[in-house]
Amino acid sequence: MLHLSILLWLPALFGLLGLLVPARHVRWVGVLGAVLALAFSIVLVLDFEPHGSAFQHVTDTTWISALGVRYQLAVTGLNVWLVLLTTVGFAFSSLWIATTSLGTDPRAKHVILHLGIAQTAVLGALLAQDLILFVAFFDLMLIPFFFLTAQFGNGTNEERVRATIKMIVYTLVGSLLMLVAAIAVGVLATPDGQAVSYNIQEIAQRGVPEGSQGWLFACFAAAFLVKMPAFPIHGWLADGYKAMPLPILAVFSGVLSKVAVYGFLQIALPILPQGTADLRWVVLILAVLSILYASSLALTTFNARLVLAYSSVAQLGFITLGVMSLRPDGASGALLQSVNHGVAVFGAFLAVAILGRRTGGSEDLRDMGGAATKMPVFAVLFIVVTYAVLAMPGTANFVGEFLILRGAWEGTAQGLAIVASLGVALAAVYALRLFIRGSHNRVAAKVEPREGTRPELALMAIPVVLIAALAFHPQQTVKAADDATTRAVQRAAIVVGPDHVRKILEADPSARNIAPEPFADVPPSAGTVRPIGGARTTGPASQSDPATDPNTGRAVGVDPSTGQATTPSGGAAGSTVQVDPSTGQTVDPSTGQPVEPPSAQTEGAGR
Amino acid sequence: MSTLAVTEAPHIDWAGISSLIALFGGAVVVLLVGLLRARFARLTLVPVLTIVAFAASIGLAIWQWDEDTSLMSGALGLDPLAMIGVVGIGVAGIAAVLLSIGATAPREAAHGEYHAMMLVAAAGGAMFVGAENLITTFIGLELLSIPLYVLAATELHRRRSLESGLKYLIVGSVGSATLLYGFALIFGATGSLDYAAIADQVAAKGLGDDPLMLGGVAMVVVGLAFKSSVAPFHQWTPDVYEGAPTPVTAFMATATKVAALIAFLRLFDGALIGASDAWGPALAALASIAIIVGNVGALGQSSMKRLLAFSSIAQAGYMLVGVVVATKLGVQATVFYVLTYVVMTAAAFAVIEAAERESGHDGISALAGLGRRRPLHAIALTLSMLGLAGVPATVGFVAKLRIVQAAVDGDYSWLAIVLVVGSMISFVYYLRVVARLWTDEPAGVAVAPQSQAVEVEAPEAVATTTAVADPKGLPAAAVPGGGAVVVTGATILPMTVLAVVAGAAIVVLGVIPGPLMTVVEDVARAVPELFR
Repeated sequence: MLHLSILLWLPALFGLLGLLVPARHVRWVGVLGAVLALAFSIVLVLDFEPHGSAFQHVTDTTWISALGVRYQLAVTGLNVWLVLLTTVGFAFSSLWIATTSLGTDPRAKHVILHLGIAQTAVLGALLAQDLILFVAFFDLMLIPFFFLTAQFGNGTNEERVRATIKMIVYTLVGSLLMLVAAIAVGVLATPDGQAVSYNIQEIAQRGVPEGSQGWLFACFAAAFLVKMPAFPIHGWLADGYKAMPLPILAVFSGVLSKVAVYGFLQIALPILPQGTADLRWVVLILAVLSILYASSLALTTFNARLVLAYSSVAQLGFITLGVMSLRPDGASGALLQSVNHGVAVFGAFLAVAILGRRTGGSEDLRDMGGAATKMPVFAVLFIVVTYAVLAMPGTANFVGEFLILRGAWEGTAQGLAIVASLGVALAAVYALRLFIRGSHNRVAAKVEPREGTRPELALMAIPVVLIAALAFHPQQTVKAADDATTRAVQRAAIVVGPDHVRKILEADPSARNIAPEPFADVPPSAGTVRPIGGARTTGPASQSDPATDPNTGRAVGVDPSTGQATTPSGGAAGSTVQVDPSTGQTVDPSTGQPVEPPSAQTEGAGR
Repeated sequence: MSTLAVTEAPHIDWAGISSLIALFGGAVVVLLVGLLRARFARLTLVPVLTIVAFAASIGLAIWQWDEDTSLMSGALGLDPLAMIGVVGIGVAGIAAVLLSIGATAPREAAHGEYHAMMLVAAAGGAMFVGAENLITTFIGLELLSIPLYVLAATELHRRRSLESGLKYLIVGSVGSATLLYGFALIFGATGSLDYAAIADQVAAKGLGDDPLMLGGVAMVVVGLAFKSSVAPFHQWTPDVYEGAPTPVTAFMATATKVAALIAFLRLFDGALIGASDAWGPALAALASIAIIVGNVGALGQSSMKRLLAFSSIAQAGYMLVGVVVATKLGVQATVFYVLTYVVMTAAAFAVIEAAERESGHDGISALAGLGRRRPLHAIALTLSMLGLAGVPATVGFVAKLRIVQAAVDGDYSWLAIVLVVGSMISFVYYLRVVARLWTDEPAGVAVAPQSQAVEVEAPEAVATTTAVADPKGLPAAAVPGGGAVVVTGATILPMTVLAVVAGAAIVVLGVIPGPLMTVVEDVARAVPELFR
């Protein structure tokens, strides 16, 4: 039994241990903590059973009994790879810090402490299965970056303090609204006479009243979209990125924004299906606007950091698109792409740091150039990273973008997918522009032509190796995520409409069996809440989906794909025992669980 | 029992009022000991005895915890709400006494008198939180306020301090008068002074829309809003906080808040619960105004004491939310919040007092680079600021969580949103303070052109600088009255102790809030009217 609390608190513990060590050696304490956490999470990934129980390695105790808040951690298909990305990112960042002046700074203890707290907070947000616990960690993970930027950032004291306060307050606008929404979700979902529970699963089962889902979803979406950030709420981005030291920025950009994506899949979609269905077009359009807007800014800015900053925004636009397509493949692609992008960003920021050092600290593209001839090893590593950023076929990023775009094509309007795919082309242009400006061209006046130092190149090799590994085995991530993403999008997909469900089932018939709410066996609660949504006059979902009658709607959706004569009874109630046609398994109606996972799906389990 | 007993002298439950007696008795003893000529008696014995008195009253309150009756013909409640108030005031009092060690104010006002007044004020607060009768409420309030008017003016040679005392006196009297007039109207409408009888009358006669009653309630709201510095009745707060000696400010900010908020709970969620339709929206509006005005007002402040004054206005707004919803959850949330507020504010004032002794002023610049000079102080203040802002892993987060839950549960979701919007604004000024602690070099102040400021920055310089000698113009911080009295070589050890204890409490209670929450669960017993 792997105890998740160990993984969760290990980084913070090592951060505190660092306080007891002389300042010269503290960086190695940080590295040790991060590497141990990394080893732990590798074991977790290896131990993960893709088609096993939805929650693995569960930890569950009371935290604040008076409020019904519990300390619940679990590994799921959604978070297992993100946990690995987090530990990789922080290990990479710790190693990087150990080789730079940050690690030898007299105040290196602060760096290690805050980095440790940040890692604990990110892991906590990923592992938490209790809504309030999630919100607490989600809010907490910002604070260490405030200290890191304010103390060690670029620019004068005033500038970086202003930048980082702007960043914190901006992102808190969303986070604090999410706090209210989280509490409201828990309170509203609680039936009379029962204790409040903030367990995400339980809230999803209890169901939040339809009428409130709109504003609640808006609050959650605000928190996640600001964090990513998405257009037009990206105001903190440029200042924040410019002020943050690069080793910190790599992990901030590579890991923290992914927690927002995860938040959509883990929380917003399952517990607010109606809100998701109503407002998903707003989010989709923001995502596409983010892709186009950020890509064009990345094309025009001369600040190398900001090229990467805006490329992150564009990538996160893609990822959001995949999530909001409400299709398992789109969502799995989004998770894969989160991992890919994180890894690529680690390498890209390191490349910017190396290039910046050559130019005497300038991160202006116009001051760079000539790296390919003067520092060939670096240039080779850099081009691999560049390919990953631009999603070259052959990299896992390409697989991720492909899955996302396919999901968007099937799950949303096709026009949206076409417009979004412009972003793929633009990504090639800005990524290559960064590479060419940095590595080709004439060497600018200020540049010292020198190969990267060995530690730098060794560090740079880490993301390159990871990119290669992901390129050879992209399916691992997708496989782990498949069931979990199906579960995540299920409820919202059902609300969106029968056509949507039918398309999902056509693509992947096995999706029907996945607990807790199989497509073929829609529980009565969804039926009772549906008419309220249908009775509303506004809302994109009801416009795009004229068949608002729940019973006929579902019968149409289910029938052709199952090929079963469920016509009247299948739509009326979920209480009949059903035999699944594709697998021959009995579906237990009370739990909605298939009695045993079909043998066809267990291939990866014995690993 | 209360109505039958009036013909005879009421039975006095000495055990029940023992915590009050400890405070009054302590005041007398301290006053007498203060007259001794020995330096030891005045400088050491008096503060120690004061702390003993506070501690005794806390201990006696805990001893009486399980009681649930009323004393002296229903004049005073003896229930967990009252006892938790006594504990809160006692903790605030101990903090204030620790801050007073070596401070200017007790020396100028004579140690005995200074500490005795603090004990009397605390006794008034203890009466105020227990009062279940309009008369005792008023007596408790006056007993709490009048010593504070004097204490605010105890730095006799500083004009700001005198001004602060006078301002507090005038505004406080207006508040008291308004409150008293409101009480009179409520008495007129219901014909009784007891909270329980008032609640019965309101329920029986349906006085929820009686003009006399509503007039009375409105004036009580205004009067209590003055006392607990809820905007728009807050104008006195920044000036008084800034002008009063810092230990007194700390006492005012914490003890008065505990007393006023618990009085709010008792009066509104107890006696006047039947009229909640009338006062609910009004209090909700006041709370929102306080949250916005307090947080926006704090943005431009460069004096720490003024900043905390505005922040306390906002915090009073947060705490009122629990009163507004008038539910069991709301009562618990407010009590929990006010207790945590005491801890967080005590930590902040401890650091401010120490910085003031070193630099001679309370401007934010006095804190620059504190992270390198005095890491313990910097950590404590950081935790305090993050806690007041409501960052997770501090007790402020849990407190805010409770308030928001109470608001959402009581169908005041919009108020919860106002609350978090206010917290967002608050992050700007709290984080600005934190940034100054950690980012600035200790020599950061030397950037200022004038060279006189140099003494301030020398890391170990036990500040001898007066604010007058500091010409770089910290407009709000400098003491224009001249002759800022800074104690040279004054100890800061008590401040460090207080800061460390309070800072640790902020984190420990933030991570393990369970025990304190269980204690707070009990207080709902004191407002049975909520369950009718």
